Amino acid sequence: MEVYTNFEGNNLVFGLIGELDEHSAPFVRKKLDEKIEQEDFNDAVLDLSRLSFMDSTGIGVIIGRYKIMKKQNKRLYVRNPSPTVDKIFKMSGLYEIISRV
Amino acid sequence: MSTINSMKLTIEAKSQNESFARSVVAAFFVQINPTLEQIEDVKTAVSEAVTNCIVHAYNGAQQGTIEIACSLTEDTLTVEICDFGIGIENVEQAMKPFFTTTSTGERSGMGFTVMQAFCDNVCVTSSKGHTTVKLVKKVA
Repeated sequence: MEVYTNFEGNNLVFGLIGELDEHSAPFVRKKLDEKIEQEDFNDAVLDLSRLSFMDSTGIGVIIGRYKIMKKQNKRLYVRNPSPTVDKIFKMSGLYEIISRV
Repeated sequence: MSTINSMKLTIEAKSQNESFARSVVAAFFVQINPTLEQIEDVKTAVSEAVTNCIVHAYNGAQQGTIEIACSLTEDTLTVEICDFGIGIENVEQAMKPFFTTTSTGERSGMGFTVMQAFCDNVCVTSSKGHTTVKLVKKVA
Protein backbone atom coordinates (compact mmCIF):
# COMPACT_ATOMS: atom_id res chain seq x y z
CA MET A 1 0.00 0.00 0.00
CA GLU A 2 1.23 3.46 -0.88
CA VAL A 3 -0.10 6.94 -0.14
CA TYR A 4 1.12 9.94 -2.12
CA THR A 5 0.18 13.57 -1.80
CA ASN A 6 0.37 16.55 -4.10
CA PHE A 7 -1.24 19.95 -4.42
CA GLU A 8 -3.75 21.10 -6.99
CA GLY A 9 -3.93 24.84 -6.31
CA ASN A 10 -4.69 25.17 -2.61
CA ASN A 11 -6.26 21.74 -2.39
CA LEU A 12 -4.43 18.63 -1.23
CA VAL A 13 -4.72 15.42 -3.25
CA PHE A 14 -4.22 12.06 -1.53
CA GLY A 15 -3.57 9.19 -3.91
CA LEU A 16 -4.11 5.66 -2.60
CA ILE A 17 -2.23 2.93 -4.43
CA GLY A 18 -2.92 -0.75 -3.66
CA GLU A 19 -5.47 -2.47 -1.45
CA LEU A 20 -7.22 -0.86 1.51
CA ASP A 21 -8.24 -3.48 4.06
CA GLU A 22 -7.78 -4.32 7.73
CA HIS A 23 -4.08 -4.94 7.17
CA SER A 24 -3.22 -1.69 5.37
CA ALA A 25 -5.72 0.56 7.21
CA PRO A 26 -3.41 1.59 10.13
CA PHE A 27 -0.69 2.70 7.67
CA VAL A 28 -3.14 4.66 5.50
CA ARG A 29 -4.73 6.30 8.55
CA LYS A 30 -1.31 7.36 9.89
CA LYS A 31 -0.11 8.75 6.55
CA LEU A 32 -3.29 10.74 5.92
CA ASP A 33 -3.42 12.12 9.46
CA GLU A 34 0.22 13.24 9.29
CA LYS A 35 -0.44 15.18 6.08
CA ILE A 36 -3.74 16.64 7.33
CA GLU A 37 -1.87 17.94 10.38
CA GLN A 38 1.30 19.14 8.61
CA GLU A 39 0.08 20.66 5.36
CA ASP A 40 -1.58 24.03 4.83
CA PHE A 41 -4.53 23.45 2.47
CA ASN A 42 -8.16 24.35 1.83
CA ASP A 43 -9.93 21.09 0.97
CA ALA A 44 -8.69 17.57 0.15
CA VAL A 45 -9.44 15.04 -2.58
CA LEU A 46 -8.94 11.28 -2.25
CA ASP A 47 -7.86 10.03 -5.66
CA LEU A 48 -8.88 6.36 -5.83
CA SER A 49 -7.89 5.69 -9.45
CA ARG A 50 -5.10 3.34 -8.35
CA LEU A 51 -6.93 1.77 -5.41
CA SER A 52 -7.47 -1.79 -6.66
CA PHE A 53 -9.44 -3.04 -3.65
CA MET A 54 -11.36 -1.67 -0.69
CA ASP A 55 -13.72 -3.31 1.80
CA SER A 56 -15.79 -1.80 4.62
CA THR A 57 -12.64 -1.18 6.67
CA GLY A 58 -11.99 1.58 4.11
CA ILE A 59 -15.37 3.16 4.89
CA GLY A 60 -14.25 3.57 8.51
CA VAL A 61 -10.89 5.05 7.47
CA ILE A 62 -12.50 7.59 5.12
CA ILE A 63 -15.25 8.62 7.58
CA GLY A 64 -12.57 9.05 10.25
CA ARG A 65 -10.58 11.47 8.06
CA TYR A 66 -13.80 13.27 7.05
CA LYS A 67 -14.55 13.89 10.76
CA ILE A 68 -11.05 15.20 11.48
CA MET A 69 -11.21 17.59 8.53
CA LYS A 70 -14.76 18.71 9.35
CA LYS A 71 -13.52 19.95 12.73
CA GLN A 72 -11.04 22.11 10.80
CA ASN A 73 -13.82 23.37 8.48
CA LYS A 74 -12.25 21.55 5.53
CA ARG A 75 -14.05 19.35 3.05
CA LEU A 76 -13.08 15.92 1.76
CA TYR A 77 -13.95 14.73 -1.76
CA VAL A 78 -13.29 11.50 -3.68
CA ARG A 79 -12.58 10.90 -7.34
CA ASN A 80 -12.04 8.01 -9.76
CA PRO A 81 -13.29 5.06 -7.67
CA SER A 82 -13.36 1.65 -9.39
CA PRO A 83 -16.88 0.29 -10.08
CA THR A 84 -16.65 -2.00 -7.01
CA VAL A 85 -15.42 0.78 -4.72
CA ASP A 86 -18.15 3.03 -6.16
CA LYS A 87 -20.69 0.33 -5.23
CA ILE A 88 -19.42 0.29 -1.63
CA PHE A 89 -19.65 4.09 -1.46
CA LYS A 90 -23.22 4.02 -2.77
CA MET A 91 -24.50 1.22 -0.55
CA SER A 92 -22.93 2.65 2.61
CA GLY A 93 -24.33 6.13 2.00
CA LEU A 94 -20.82 7.60 1.99
CA TYR A 95 -21.67 9.89 -0.93
CA GLU A 96 -24.16 11.67 1.31
CA ILE A 97 -21.28 13.21 3.27
CA ILE A 98 -18.35 12.93 0.84
CA SER A 99 -19.01 14.15 -2.70
CA ARG A 100 -17.52 12.58 -5.79
CA VAL A 101 -15.77 15.11 -8.03
CA MET B 1 -26.90 -29.22 -9.04
CA SER B 2 -23.93 -31.45 -8.22
CA THR B 3 -20.57 -30.24 -6.94
CA ILE B 4 -17.91 -30.17 -9.66
CA ASN B 5 -14.98 -29.08 -7.49
CA SER B 6 -14.11 -28.16 -3.93
CA MET B 7 -11.19 -26.91 -1.86
CA LYS B 8 -10.27 -26.13 1.73
CA LEU B 9 -7.87 -23.55 3.05
CA THR B 10 -6.71 -23.04 6.63
CA ILE B 11 -5.05 -19.76 7.55
CA GLU B 12 -3.93 -18.03 10.70
CA ALA B 13 -6.09 -15.12 11.79
CA LYS B 14 -3.51 -12.51 10.78
CA SER B 15 -4.52 -9.43 8.81
CA GLN B 16 -1.75 -10.00 6.25
CA ASN B 17 -3.61 -13.20 5.24
CA GLU B 18 -6.73 -11.28 4.15
CA SER B 19 -5.41 -10.46 0.71
CA PHE B 20 -4.19 -14.04 0.27
CA ALA B 21 -7.57 -15.51 1.31
CA ARG B 22 -9.68 -13.36 -1.01
CA SER B 23 -7.28 -13.92 -3.92
CA VAL B 24 -7.34 -17.72 -3.48
CA VAL B 25 -11.15 -17.83 -3.38
CA ALA B 26 -11.35 -15.54 -6.42
CA ALA B 27 -8.90 -17.75 -8.34
CA PHE B 28 -10.97 -20.84 -7.48
CA PHE B 29 -14.19 -19.06 -8.55
CA VAL B 30 -12.74 -18.30 -12.01
CA GLN B 31 -13.31 -21.95 -13.02
CA ILE B 32 -17.03 -21.32 -13.61
CA ASN B 33 -16.42 -18.20 -15.73
CA PRO B 34 -17.74 -15.38 -13.56
CA THR B 35 -17.70 -11.78 -14.82
CA LEU B 36 -15.04 -9.41 -13.50
CA GLU B 37 -17.71 -7.72 -11.40
CA GLN B 38 -18.73 -11.05 -9.83
CA ILE B 39 -15.08 -11.82 -9.01
CA GLU B 40 -14.71 -8.42 -7.33
CA ASP B 41 -17.95 -8.98 -5.41
CA VAL B 42 -16.65 -12.31 -4.05
CA LYS B 43 -13.27 -10.83 -3.12
CA THR B 44 -14.99 -8.06 -1.18
CA ALA B 45 -17.43 -10.40 0.62
CA VAL B 46 -14.64 -12.86 1.58
CA SER B 47 -12.51 -9.97 2.85
CA GLU B 48 -15.39 -8.81 5.07
CA ALA B 49 -15.90 -12.29 6.54
CA VAL B 50 -12.18 -12.84 7.18
CA THR B 51 -11.89 -9.36 8.75
CA ASN B 52 -14.75 -10.26 11.13
CA CYS B 53 -12.85 -13.38 12.21
CA ILE B 54 -9.64 -11.44 12.86
CA VAL B 55 -11.14 -8.35 14.49
CA HIS B 56 -14.15 -9.75 16.34
CA ALA B 57 -13.92 -13.55 16.74
CA TYR B 58 -10.27 -13.43 17.81
CA ASN B 59 -10.40 -9.86 19.13
CA GLY B 60 -7.51 -8.64 16.99
CA ALA B 61 -5.02 -10.94 18.73
CA GLN B 62 -3.52 -11.92 15.34
CA GLN B 63 -3.78 -15.58 16.31
CA GLY B 64 -6.36 -18.31 15.93
CA THR B 65 -7.44 -20.39 12.95
CA ILE B 66 -9.75 -19.56 10.06
CA GLU B 67 -11.02 -22.36 7.81
CA ILE B 68 -12.30 -21.52 4.35
CA ALA B 69 -14.15 -24.23 2.41
CA CYS B 70 -15.28 -23.58 -1.17
CA SER B 71 -17.37 -25.65 -3.51
CA LEU B 72 -18.50 -25.10 -7.07
CA THR B 73 -21.45 -26.30 -9.07
CA GLU B 74 -21.75 -25.31 -12.72
CA ASP B 75 -23.22 -21.92 -11.82
CA THR B 76 -22.67 -21.36 -8.08
CA LEU B 77 -19.81 -20.73 -5.70
CA THR B 78 -20.37 -21.52 -2.03
CA VAL B 79 -17.81 -20.29 0.51
CA GLU B 80 -17.92 -21.26 4.17
CA ILE B 81 -15.68 -19.24 6.46
CA CYS B 82 -15.32 -20.70 9.96
CA ASP B 83 -13.61 -19.45 13.07
CA PHE B 84 -13.30 -20.86 16.58
CA GLY B 85 -13.44 -17.56 18.43
CA ILE B 86 -15.84 -15.88 20.84
CA GLY B 87 -18.99 -16.33 18.74
CA ILE B 88 -21.72 -13.82 17.92
CA GLU B 89 -24.23 -13.40 20.74
CA ASN B 90 -27.03 -12.01 18.60
CA VAL B 91 -26.63 -12.77 14.88
CA GLU B 92 -29.72 -10.80 13.83
CA GLN B 93 -28.43 -7.67 15.55
CA ALA B 94 -24.88 -8.17 14.21
CA MET B 95 -26.20 -8.23 10.66
CA LYS B 96 -27.89 -4.82 10.92
CA PRO B 97 -26.15 -1.96 9.07
CA PHE B 98 -23.81 0.15 11.21
CA PHE B 99 -23.90 -2.33 14.12
CA THR B 100 -20.50 -2.80 15.73
CA THR B 101 -19.34 -4.09 19.10
CA THR B 102 -16.06 -2.19 18.82
CA SER B 103 -15.99 1.38 20.08
CA THR B 104 -12.42 2.03 18.95
CA GLY B 105 -10.73 1.69 15.57
CA GLU B 106 -13.26 3.53 13.38
CA ARG B 107 -15.36 0.44 12.57
CA SER B 108 -18.10 1.13 10.04
CA GLY B 109 -20.35 -1.74 11.12
CA MET B 110 -21.05 -2.45 7.44
CA GLY B 111 -19.34 -5.84 7.07
CA PHE B 112 -22.44 -8.07 6.90
CA THR B 113 -24.33 -5.44 4.90
CA VAL B 114 -21.56 -5.49 2.26
CA MET B 115 -21.57 -9.32 2.22
CA GLN B 116 -25.35 -9.31 1.69
CA ALA B 117 -25.13 -6.70 -1.07
CA PHE B 118 -22.35 -8.54 -2.91
CA CYS B 119 -23.64 -12.13 -2.61
CA ASP B 120 -26.84 -13.93 -3.55
CA ASN B 121 -27.18 -15.41 -0.09
CA VAL B 122 -25.45 -14.97 3.28
CA CYS B 123 -26.11 -17.34 6.19
CA VAL B 124 -24.53 -17.01 9.63
CA THR B 125 -24.56 -19.63 12.35
CA SER B 126 -22.78 -18.97 15.61
CA SER B 127 -22.28 -20.35 19.08
CA LYS B 128 -19.50 -19.77 21.59
CA GLY B 129 -16.33 -21.15 20.04
CA HIS B 130 -17.63 -21.63 16.50
CA THR B 131 -18.99 -19.25 13.87
CA THR B 132 -19.66 -20.08 10.23
CA VAL B 133 -20.45 -17.53 7.56
CA LYS B 134 -21.77 -19.08 4.36
CA LEU B 135 -21.62 -16.97 1.20
CA VAL B 136 -23.34 -18.01 -2.02
CA LYS B 137 -22.60 -16.38 -5.36
CA LYS B 138 -24.26 -17.39 -8.62
CA VAL B 139 -22.78 -16.64 -12.03
CA ALA B 140 -26.01 -17.09 -13.98
